[in-house]
Amino acid sequence: MSLQDPAGDLETADEASAVVERDPDELAELLGDAVIGREEHVNAPGFVIRSDAVQDVLSTLKEEAGYDHLSVVTAQEYENRYESIYHLKKYADPTQEVSVVVPADKQNPVSESAEPVFRTADWHEREAYDLVGIEYDDHPDLRRILLPETWQGHPLSMDYDKDQPQVVSLREHANPLQADHREDESDTMFINIGPHHPATHGVLHLKTTLDGEQVADVESDIGYLHRSEEQMAQSGTYRHQIMPYPDRWDYISAGLLNEYAYARAAEDLADIEVPEYAQIIRTMGAELCRIAAHMLAVATFALDINGDFTATFMYAINDREQAQSILEDLTGQRMMFNYFRLGGVVWDLPEPRAEFFEKTRDFLDQLPGSVEEYHDLLTANEILQMRTIDTGILPPEVAKNYGATGPVARGSGVDYDLRRDDPYGYYDELDWDVITEDGCDNYSRLLVRLQEVEESAKIIEQCVDLLEDWPEDDRTIQSNVPRTLKPEDDKEIYRAVEGAKGELGIYIRADGTDKPARFKIRSPCFSNLQTLPEMANGEYVPDMVAALGSLDIVLGEVDR
Amino acid sequence: MSSDQPFITDDSAVVTETRDARMGEGRGDRFNSRLREAFGSSPFILTKFDKFLNWARGSSMFMLQFGIACCSIEMMHTYAVKHDLDRFGSGVPRASPRQADVMIVPGTIVSKFAPRMKRVYDQMPEPKFVVGMGSCTISGGPFQEGYNVIKGAEEVIPVDIHVPGCPPRPEALVYGVAKLQERIANGEASPVTVKPYELEQFSDLEKDELVEHLTDQIDEDDLVMRYNFADSP
Repeated sequence: MSLQDPAGDLETADEASAVVERDPDELAELLGDAVIGREEHVNAPGFVIRSDAVQDVLSTLKEEAGYDHLSVVTAQEYENRYESIYHLKKYADPTQEVSVVVPADKQNPVSESAEPVFRTADWHEREAYDLVGIEYDDHPDLRRILLPETWQGHPLSMDYDKDQPQVVSLREHANPLQADHREDESDTMFINIGPHHPATHGVLHLKTTLDGEQVADVESDIGYLHRSEEQMAQSGTYRHQIMPYPDRWDYISAGLLNEYAYARAAEDLADIEVPEYAQIIRTMGAELCRIAAHMLAVATFALDINGDFTATFMYAINDREQAQSILEDLTGQRMMFNYFRLGGVVWDLPEPRAEFFEKTRDFLDQLPGSVEEYHDLLTANEILQMRTIDTGILPPEVAKNYGATGPVARGSGVDYDLRRDDPYGYYDELDWDVITEDGCDNYSRLLVRLQEVEESAKIIEQCVDLLEDWPEDDRTIQSNVPRTLKPEDDKEIYRAVEGAKGELGIYIRADGTDKPARFKIRSPCFSNLQTLPEMANGEYVPDMVAALGSLDIVLGEVDR
Repeated sequence: MSSDQPFITDDSAVVTETRDARMGEGRGDRFNSRLREAFGSSPFILTKFDKFLNWARGSSMFMLQFGIACCSIEMMHTYAVKHDLDRFGSGVPRASPRQADVMIVPGTIVSKFAPRMKRVYDQMPEPKFVVGMGSCTISGGPFQEGYNVIKGAEEVIPVDIHVPGCPPRPEALVYGVAKLQERIANGEASPVTVKPYELEQFSDLEKDELVEHLTDQIDEDDLVMRYNFADSP
């Protein structure tokens, strides 16, 4: 029924239905009597539905209206009810969004799981259960995900007592290497990787079951760096107290990209304009951060594959040092920049400006040479090719089902980049390309990152040109923003930017005070990491390590 | 015999003669290191065994490769080019705690990780030293109010040197490590005392409401860590 009018130039009917935009009334009609109310969020229309019709509604929206990307599931508690919000988008056009709001009973919060429709809902609903306490019917494996299994209470629910004692167990006698006879016939072995292990890129714990040398099953155990980021943001004021925290989500020097996410969401929520000059500075800073972040991704990937602590790693760190040095000149800090303010940036470019531009240009000039070097060292390296080509396969359909974004999705040929598809900042004024590779393997993801470094350099160069010629009397770095921001009660927004790892989104619900009532972070790594079993099962152990490295996760962002 | 200092004479003529006699004449200047100058006059030095060992310990430290959070990125920069911690005789990251003698704790400790960190610390051979990197390991830092955050690494393990910052610059970490080397060479280390949060057997916990509630989830002989968030600083 959705295919009545396929656009002429599109190849398949599927793609046609994906981009045809329907107005909310049409969607409501499509969903029928599952809808019990309507809401208006700043970013999208919201449909309040019955808690037992989640699967029907989501599969209708996915199959018939083309909303094939479940960005995030937000759970929250109100005075009189619990609520889960499914933020849906289209990979083909992320500006088309819809929120599906599922209220649940206050005394007995149960609602239907969306996992059979979107695989990505698995972890998102486990997190909602863990932190807020909503139970999902029909969920395959509803356990705590971020907090220890023995934790008491749900910390983001209203009656949580922060001071209560907790007991956390360490299964000391669990043998890190032991026979594991899941089925009578099988001869598998359990092997414990992490949370302290060089290959897990931080404090990730992989419970791996091996069949010989092959991975029979891998389960990620996360939460070893769950620093209560959402609670910290909910207890800070919009104007100044929240901005330092985003720096610490994706801490691989991607700070400005994360700050961009909060700035975009809060500015759209409070209707704040950003001067053009500040937008260019923001765009330039953000892309410098992307270069630094991708450099580390390449460096650690080389470490995982070649075991090469001396060459590639040192080269990449050297390039990062230069990017960090420019960022330090700009912001005053090497990693935790705290440079954006709502309505602009905190200060202008460093004086003397000519010197700053020269330093940036020098960095950009030598960058093609170093990227060439990485290609010589890595992508042209036979050993690396043997380890990465055709390993860690992630087909595009699977990637979409798991909500994968960023270089992981683009390495699987999913042409999805919020900088172009849902433009913000100054990106749509500049000339650059979105990189995609069709290999779907570890190698493609590496190629995407290396090429994105060059695209970022293009963007920075154009920004530097613009900034250099900017009229002297029009250098407004901040618009006029009230000292205390109090967005209207019950105003809700979900806004995302393209972080270093993918779609970094923030949901904010205002309650009329100067602090958000609910602040939910959509972390790209959280969704990307979920694809690991798809890539690793049936492969050899070293291929799993390669796949994990190519996902480029940051535990600070996975666990928040 | 009783002297703490190596025996050094200032008479450079004697030094040179003795050296030439031992090494043969006509050796290049590059063999004339300061140490050679100092020892040249005498093939023996007198010192206390402990003092010598402390000097050796401080001059060659094996670091545990231990990444937790944001600070681990700066720690990587400290190991890598430009800052190169290896210049100070302490830049060999070991992946196994059994081979390491210094642990840099680079990041926020949360409730789920603290037992693991304690375990890794326990697995390191004696003598062992800890550098707490960043504000999170001092007090919980910016996350101190978090429901899941341990208010500093010192709640769990003894810490010798605290390096403040969020994150500390590589230079600051280098300074912290150099200070630790100085302390080790002087034979100082922070006392290993009982910490507020210890690993203990579940059956040893005081039987209160919470423990009763968890009896069917945790085995008697499982190791557990009990957090009293109300009493945390």
